[in-house]
Amino acid sequence: MPLLRIEDLSVRFRTHDGAVQAVNNVTLSVDPGETLGIVGESGSGKSQLAFAVMGLLARNGEASGRVRLDGQDILNAPPKVINRVRAEKVAMIFQDPMTSLNPYMRVSDQMAEVLVLHKGLSKRDAVAESVRMLDAVRIPDARGRVRLYPHEFSGGMRQRVMIAMALLCRPKLLIADEPTTALDVTVQAQIMTLLADLQRDFGMAMILITHDLGVVAGACERVAVMYGGRIRELGPVGPVFADPAHPYTQGLLSAIPRIDARDDELAVIPGQPPDMSRPPPGCAFQPRCAYRRDACDDRPPLAPFAPDRWRACFAPLDELRAGTKAFP
Amino acid sequence: MVIDERKMRSLAARMAQAEVRGRSPWADARRRFFRNKAAMAGLMILVLVALFAIFGGQAAVWSNEELDFSVMGQVATMGAPSWSNGHYFGTDDLGRDLFARTVQGTQISLLVGIVGAGIAVIVGTLYGAVAGYVGGRTDQAMMRLVDILMSIPYMFVLILLLVMFGRSMSMLFLGIGLISWLDMARIVRGQTLSLKNREFIEAARATGVPTWRIITRHVVPNLLGVVAVYATLLVPLMILTESFISFLGLGVQEPLTSWGALISEGAGTMNYGTLWQLAFPLFFFVITLFGFFFVGDGLRDALDPKDR
Amino acid sequence: MFAYILRRLAIAVPTLLLLIVLSFLLMHLAPGGPFTQERALPPQVLANLNAKYGLDDPLWRQIWNYVWGIVVHFDFGPSFVYPDRTVNQLIADGFPVTLTYGSLAFLAAVAVGITLGTLAAIRQNTWLDYLAVGISIGAQVLPNFVMAPLLVLVLTLWLGWLPGGGWSFSDPSFWIMPVIALSTSYMASIARITRSSMLEVLGSNHIRTARAKGMPEHRVILRHALRPAMLPVVSYLGPVFVSMITGSVVIDIYFSTGGIGKAFVDSALNRDYAVMMGVTILVGALTILFNLVVDILYAWIDPKIRY
Repeated sequence: MPLLRIEDLSVRFRTHDGAVQAVNNVTLSVDPGETLGIVGESGSGKSQLAFAVMGLLARNGEASGRVRLDGQDILNAPPKVINRVRAEKVAMIFQDPMTSLNPYMRVSDQMAEVLVLHKGLSKRDAVAESVRMLDAVRIPDARGRVRLYPHEFSGGMRQRVMIAMALLCRPKLLIADEPTTALDVTVQAQIMTLLADLQRDFGMAMILITHDLGVVAGACERVAVMYGGRIRELGPVGPVFADPAHPYTQGLLSAIPRIDARDDELAVIPGQPPDMSRPPPGCAFQPRCAYRRDACDDRPPLAPFAPDRWRACFAPLDELRAGTKAFP
Repeated sequence: MVIDERKMRSLAARMAQAEVRGRSPWADARRRFFRNKAAMAGLMILVLVALFAIFGGQAAVWSNEELDFSVMGQVATMGAPSWSNGHYFGTDDLGRDLFARTVQGTQISLLVGIVGAGIAVIVGTLYGAVAGYVGGRTDQAMMRLVDILMSIPYMFVLILLLVMFGRSMSMLFLGIGLISWLDMARIVRGQTLSLKNREFIEAARATGVPTWRIITRHVVPNLLGVVAVYATLLVPLMILTESFISFLGLGVQEPLTSWGALISEGAGTMNYGTLWQLAFPLFFFVITLFGFFFVGDGLRDALDPKDR
Repeated sequence: MFAYILRRLAIAVPTLLLLIVLSFLLMHLAPGGPFTQERALPPQVLANLNAKYGLDDPLWRQIWNYVWGIVVHFDFGPSFVYPDRTVNQLIADGFPVTLTYGSLAFLAAVAVGITLGTLAAIRQNTWLDYLAVGISIGAQVLPNFVMAPLLVLVLTLWLGWLPGGGWSFSDPSFWIMPVIALSTSYMASIARITRSSMLEVLGSNHIRTARAKGMPEHRVILRHALRPAMLPVVSYLGPVFVSMITGSVVIDIYFSTGGIGKAFVDSALNRDYAVMMGVTILVGALTILFNLVVDILYAWIDPKIRY
């Protein structure tokens, strides 16, 4: 049985310029202990998908569909229910560690309140446990620094504090929303290694949201490629990267700079991501797609085409495999 | 009754950004402004009040100085608003026509508000632009002075000035205008600092354009959005200040009058049942303040839209 | 923290001295001098008066004596118009009254304003929010000198519930209208600032983190959002304080409460410079002191500014 089961999840925002459909009919599942990567450009809906699962959508957003975590319905659950699920079963870390920690509270207070609230620990025990967790995320001199404020830590250290705080209640699922985007390259690698180690030690599942395919290749077992609020391709990382079955996946992969590439020109996907308040009819990617055909005016369904592999595209696989040149 | 400094800073930041993209923010802003119902209502009110101030004199049957001897001594019964004797707004306690007095008060209050705001904006903009542009020690000294001046109780100093140097209109203009340039100076300084290192300013500097010229030709025009919003929001504050002083009897002196003075008179006589003496000046005072606030807020929202 | 306070004091003290010297110079510059009344005094009388008040000393000596008197003895000198009364007496008579209704009005404005603004932000786009926004927009055109007559009109003339003026330390019914008249527009401003600041904070990343940790809503607001949301409110408290002191002049005149505002306006109308300057300097000193408190409060709320 999957740990997390997302069915037909849609997210829309009401804005002054009309409704924006950020996520459309996404169906996904995550097994216990598994790492699922979700990739896509900014605005592809990948973060909003995660926020919807956590019940953290902005005030003007609404989610529909069904989300089951560990056999419990959590989408649009009442505050009491969702507050117990958060931190205890599913935790989340965010892109910007500079602003995601409360700058007005000591790290000790921010961490301890989680344990006091969810585990009923005394303040003293909670702080001691927090120090242990800071040790676990390899913050040097955790005991001496737990009483500091977030701005007294560096960016990478702050993200470690975020991770430690998320793991305090040993959640079964960790959602990491671009956890390394705001960090230096060397620090990025450290954080990813740390996440992988912790995931193994704690035996938790992870959803890793990123636009960095390198991170996905290094850390994930399966990957979902999102575009225009929909999943375009879903499958195990190896086969998807070796043999992309969607023009967009192909585009993303050829846009990665490679040291071994002969010509130094970097491929780009032409055009702009779609305006989600006025999405194009049919396949949202077709204005930018080299394999466009008449059928693309209808929306391609996400369909299985090989064991464990799904894609949403009308272009024949042979044509895709033959034409990697489509993104010069 | 206060200009929200954070919103002004947000606007300033926004206006600086717009310049980077090389796209005028004014075209979009105009469209948003005309779609804003409160701002349009405010604009309408201001136009009507302005028309009242300019042409109200023509409509008055009585002048603002004539005493109507037929109502004197029995103002409470005979001086009430009436079409038949030409006192549309009634008379004041001395038997003078309140309509004509209100027209005059409106003229003076608007004048003090607009001139006062103008002085504050000009002084504040130039001071802030110079401090921000010159930078270094000069900037520090100038801003420290602003800090010090900020903690001086202006209204008291202004009254001190009015008493010592005579209660003239020009003193009132100057005093009221000089009260409020400090916030403006701070905001403009911040804006100037962020404009200072832009290409077009560096280019001007590289080609040897004198500093003063760069400030007036390049920096100040780029501050236009902030200045426009600030000025619009400052006018009602200036009117409030003037009314406050005139309410105390220390501002505009007879035979001139202003809303504050009229409200003061009306408030002093209301227990004789002559409520109209309070109601009419108060009405114009209140709707004009609303008008300026709505237009100012609308202008700011149009230039710095927030998705909420 | 101690060094921070010292640094703020290092700015506050010169500011106060500057204020004293400036007001003294202003008085000196004023055309005619303090004893120029409507009717001319004989030159001999004038000379005697000037000698009595030390006005024939060199300027620097006058300034020095004045500053010294204030700083060391807290002595603002005699009134120029009522020779038998000192400025200190006039202030001592009025100040307790002003302090009483002033601090009540300040507390009312802060407490009601913050509560109203916070509730409006939490219940954004509900009737409560619209009501709070409506009140705060309406109240910006109801400054103290408009509120005062309106309150008297309704509560005294129409309903007859409250005395229309006067003061008594033992009877709070005299306090109600001064407090409401003085606090209404600031209460509204504080509510508006609190609301917009609270909305901004509630949309910030660290609040999202607090929610992701499963914190219940009341804890998110009280423990995580209120503190940062208070920063703009705290920096607005300085201007509110100054405006309230200024507004007390209207209150003292309109309600005949007999606070220092009365002494100030009387002295302004009588050209009694000594009293005017005394009040101005006292108010300036209070303002500077209050701004110091605000700065410390601000630093206490925001750990990033510390020291």
